[in-house]
Amino acid sequence: MSIRGKAYIAGIYEFPGRKAADKSLAQLHGEFAKGALEDAGLTYADVDAYYCAGDAPGLGGLAMAEYMGLKLQHIDSTETGGSSYVAHIGHAAAAIAAGKCNVALVTLAGKPKSQRPGTPRGGIEHDAPEYGFEMICGPRVVNMYAMAAMRHMHEYGTTSEQLAWIKVAASHHAQHNEHALMRDVVTVDDVLSSPMISDPLHRLDCCVITDGGGALVIVSPEIAKTLDRQCVKVLGHGEAPKHLDGGRVDLTYTGAAWSGPKAFEEAGVTHSDIKYMSIYDSFTITVLETLEDLGFCEKGQGGKFVADGNLISGVGKIPFNTDGGGLCSNHPANRGGMTKVLEAVRQLRNEAHPKVQVDCDIALAHGTGGSIGTRMGSATVILGREDS
Amino acid sequence: MSEQKIKIRVPFINEETEHFWNATGEGKLLVKQCADCNEYHYYPRTICPFCMSDNTEWKESPGTGTVYTYSIMRRVPVPYCIAYVTLDEGITMMTNIIDVDLETIKIGMKVKVSFVDTGADCALPFFTAA
Repeated sequence: MSIRGKAYIAGIYEFPGRKAADKSLAQLHGEFAKGALEDAGLTYADVDAYYCAGDAPGLGGLAMAEYMGLKLQHIDSTETGGSSYVAHIGHAAAAIAAGKCNVALVTLAGKPKSQRPGTPRGGIEHDAPEYGFEMICGPRVVNMYAMAAMRHMHEYGTTSEQLAWIKVAASHHAQHNEHALMRDVVTVDDVLSSPMISDPLHRLDCCVITDGGGALVIVSPEIAKTLDRQCVKVLGHGEAPKHLDGGRVDLTYTGAAWSGPKAFEEAGVTHSDIKYMSIYDSFTITVLETLEDLGFCEKGQGGKFVADGNLISGVGKIPFNTDGGGLCSNHPANRGGMTKVLEAVRQLRNEAHPKVQVDCDIALAHGTGGSIGTRMGSATVILGREDS
Repeated sequence: MSEQKIKIRVPFINEETEHFWNATGEGKLLVKQCADCNEYHYYPRTICPFCMSDNTEWKESPGTGTVYTYSIMRRVPVPYCIAYVTLDEGITMMTNIIDVDLETIKIGMKVKVSFVDTGADCALPFFTAA
């Protein structure tokens, strides 16, 4: 069974702020849900399926279903870090296609920027089987990704200048986004002269930290027909976790090498059909490896592919992250998968900023979760205009 | 045992990993090898992740290998080098490179295990230049 054309994204919402100190976590989820449902022309009462990940409070879906008063017949709290919300689209589309539900709500929210110090992070980190072997080494988010970048440079000759071009392209887009945290256009030299955080990643190789989040609503074709809003068709989805494989470590590729081909096959499209792509951008290296793994260029040629403004809308071959992405605009709750989908939907609805809008009938959104330095989730969706 | 000033984090030890950590206290690096498929794996598990056999055995590693990749964490009070080292057995483990000039560390560099005492009857299996 394929999900192609079996589900539509009918509503989206992105929190415009980048700090949310005055709101509770549940409140944020609830408000974003309301925003996405209103965008679709629906209400809490229409929702019969709910999807959330580890950022949701309490028992996740149960806590939030009660908070929002949802009466559900399907629930899914798949947790693959920042890629979760992209995976949720595939899961929701499959559930809709199987007749399990008709209106699926996905939410993301968090406040890493304004969280009170000492707030429990939740989770059962100490029970993770790798924990004892890794925590002794001082793993941080940035040095894990840095080790992937270091190895990619070693094997393929990728340079810091090439990585910097990814930030440069994001900044060219972010200047047009009034909500972006960093709106200044930066140069390759700006990136290279920013402080080295963990070799070879500079401060400007890293994404922003923001509060907020967003939501999206996925509906059946029958519901989509009844809505006034322009809906976006789900054409294909693929997902795959990647891990350290018992010590057979290779950090030069990501799970996109598996999730991408599945999504393309289901959608029945090729790379040349993709007019816009949202690529998870926790760090510049995340984008570079993902583009190779999705097949937009040969393995090892990512550096050449991203250089010289090739990802800038109106300048290069294919624009990425036209909202400024996580690198410049928004990386709410340290999880960027939701905002990747939201900008892809805007492009397909012709609602991106006019300066970055492309003639877009087919778009790709890719989420990465966990760490490409250890274990990660990868999820790819391919979306089309309603008439695609 | 290393004398270098580094941040020592006492490992979280559970029923499955106690043997590994007890051996570190005696200066031994243990790895797991499957007696059925002969593959080594890391981190050590009771069941082989490659063939599902529960016939896995502890083996003492010579503790020699090469740096697969590394990164120097600089925006901290005491910069340190996190790394993946590929042991000569062919498995790759997360570790730190210690007791060397951080600026001289390279991918492919030969290294050997160097235990850092935690003061808690176990030691951290870090590596230094061979």
